Amino acid sequence: MNFVESIRIALRALGANKVRSGLTMLGVIIGVAAVILLVAIGTGVQDEITGSIEGLGSNLIFVFAGNFEEGPGGGGPGGRSVRQFSVEDADLLQRRLGSEHVVVPVVQGPLTLRVGNRTMRTTVAAANENAGEVFGGDYVGGRRYRRSEVSASARVIVLGATVRDRLFPNQDPVGETMSVNGQRFTVIGYVAAQGGSLTGDQDNQVYMPISTAQRLLGTTDVGLIAVKAATADDVEGLQRRIRQALTPRFGDEFTVFTQEQTLGLFQQILGTLTFMLAGIAGISLLVGGIGIMNIMLVSVSERTREIGIRKAVGARTYDIMSQFVIEAVTLSVVGGVVGIALGAAGAAVLTRWVPTEVTVWAVALAFTFSAGVGIFFGVYPAYKASRLDPIEALRYE
Amino acid sequence: MGDMPEMGEGVSGRRDDARVILEARGVTKCYHLGEVDVHALRGVDLSICDGRMLSLMGPSGSGKSTLMHIIGLLDRPTEGSVIVEGEEVSRMSPNELAAVRNHRIGFVFQSFNLLARTSALANVELPLVYAGVSGSERARRAREALERVGLGDRLGHLPNQLSGGEQQRVAIARALVTEPSIVLADEPTGNLDSISGHEVMAILQELNIHGITVVLVTHDDSVARHAERIVRIRDGLVVGDERVTERISAADQRDAVAEETGGGRA
Ligand SMILES: Nc1ncnc2c1ncn2[C@@H]1O[C@H](COP(=O)(O)OP(=O)(O)OP(=O)(O)O)[C@@H](O)[C@H]1O
Ligand SMILES: [Mg+2]
Repeated sequence: MNFVESIRIALRALGANKVRSGLTMLGVIIGVAAVILLVAIGTGVQDEITGSIEGLGSNLIFVFAGNFEEGPGGGGPGGRSVRQFSVEDADLLQRRLGSEHVVVPVVQGPLTLRVGNRTMRTTVAAANENAGEVFGGDYVGGRRYRRSEVSASARVIVLGATVRDRLFPNQDPVGETMSVNGQRFTVIGYVAAQGGSLTGDQDNQVYMPISTAQRLLGTTDVGLIAVKAATADDVEGLQRRIRQALTPRFGDEFTVFTQEQTLGLFQQILGTLTFMLAGIAGISLLVGGIGIMNIMLVSVSERTREIGIRKAVGARTYDIMSQFVIEAVTLSVVGGVVGIALGAAGAAVLTRWVPTEVTVWAVALAFTFSAGVGIFFGVYPAYKASRLDPIEALRYE
Repeated sequence: MGDMPEMGEGVSGRRDDARVILEARGVTKCYHLGEVDVHALRGVDLSICDGRMLSLMGPSGSGKSTLMHIIGLLDRPTEGSVIVEGEEVSRMSPNELAAVRNHRIGFVFQSFNLLARTSALANVELPLVYAGVSGSERARRAREALERVGLGDRLGHLPNQLSGGEQQRVAIARALVTEPSIVLADEPTGNLDSISGHEVMAILQELNIHGITVVLVTHDDSVARHAERIVRIRDGLVVGDERVTERISAADQRDAVAEETGGGRA
């Protein structure tokens, strides 16, 4: 008997029990859809963050207070004992490194915005007049803050896309005034939608001069200092010079990251996350596979007489075996294909809220895995069926 | 030989030169049921010549079905050997046995054993599927076999849409579709009324006329006498082996019944 014939027999058997076949497939469908969807979200977020870091250009260096390389005992990020940078440290770096390289101190913190009766909480990313060098973002309306505004701690603000939509729907905000932590600010510009980035969801942020933000937040600290090298070749040398400049003041209590290192770190974290999501989804696929095995075992004992009849008229071990394996594989592969379609559709819908990307490898993995599940969990029942003694099978009640 | 001219149907005169097609030698079958051993067969020797029709008779529980299953290669003897067309089968693998069943033996069961929810045509095609015959050829041969048993107009019917006699005829069509050399029928008329029984017997006799060896299990003497030879078994042993002196023709019987009831049944 040939393979095509086995497929035909298997399909007929599945068709005879449509509801049961459908419910069995549901386990695989859910498992595969979950794999596709979760991996799509993981990959989508990873790509977007990677993209926005890369978008800043490869000649960026970030300097954080605290020693990130020494492990938990070494103070670590955000540890209160760590001495923070100030704007003066950034100025010192700028003088030491020379004006062909750009040094930008960055401060971040939470703010409450209010326009009329509309209120929203958001974060500010504040820097000096060179902010444009390190934060991407095309200006859609208005302008960036100027040097004079930085030195004067002017109460001017630039809005991210989401903030603008929420507070000034269908309206040009430039020139309008608004309340920031209870103080009056003037909107000088707004930015196009960009998605997530190193400093969080940029669309949900506002921008202002660093001096203004420090006053609002009641601090003189600087969260990080970004340095943009004139060319990519300068990055290595600059790293060394930054260390030399800061060591007298901070010892080894600071960390210098290049763009590449930051990227690697993020990719590592997000990659692990994606694998974890895929693993969780994989478990549900496994459960679906066990469902297939269960149904196939039921089906074999239900159809013992049929197996006896087939053997009596000349079916070989292989014929019976392939019939049942193909049944199981069909259940899992059809389930897999439907699951992939559902997962991809789900990912397409979700892109409105979360970045998603359905990758070829995720589809291939889900498909291979589901077919594998079918073979793995189908072989045992099929083997059992194929080994039945013809006369025993015919006598079976 | 000229001593049995009444056998008719051209079977006499072949007796001496006919070769043995199926042979059981010292066949025993023992079932272990917990503490008890059931000896279903206790040493059966039986030779069946090519092209003959033989009846196996015996009371219920005497081991007729057990013997049929063993010579039909559906079951293995506990001891002894079975030889099909000169080949000893005891050392054959399950797959080789399946091939012999497929090519050389057609089995008709007392309880039909058709695949449920499967059309008559597909049921008859089944042995051809496992013989590797291609789709269109298969359908053609299955249709011919069904026409031969008078069911040319029931191809698409499912088993539960057929009468008992019709189901048994589908089973016979399935047994003969591979053109086997031997057809084994275990009480083929056991579940049928007498008219359907005559039809089934007529088909088996007709197959025999065309040279197929037919072995028939029955406990009904009038059914047994459709064959040329009757082997009687009791308690797992052969206790008698006789030639049928007045062989019954099922076709004549059927026609006689048809005349009595005023015809009508084709
Ligand atoms: N699978 C089995 N397990 C145990 N004993 C069995 C089995 N099959 C048959 N037997 C026993 O073997 C003996 C012969 O059974 P078999 O079916 O061959 O009888 P039979 O001559 O065909 O009877 P019947 O005319 O009623 O069909 C019986 O005593 C039966 O109980
Ligand atoms: Mg019996």
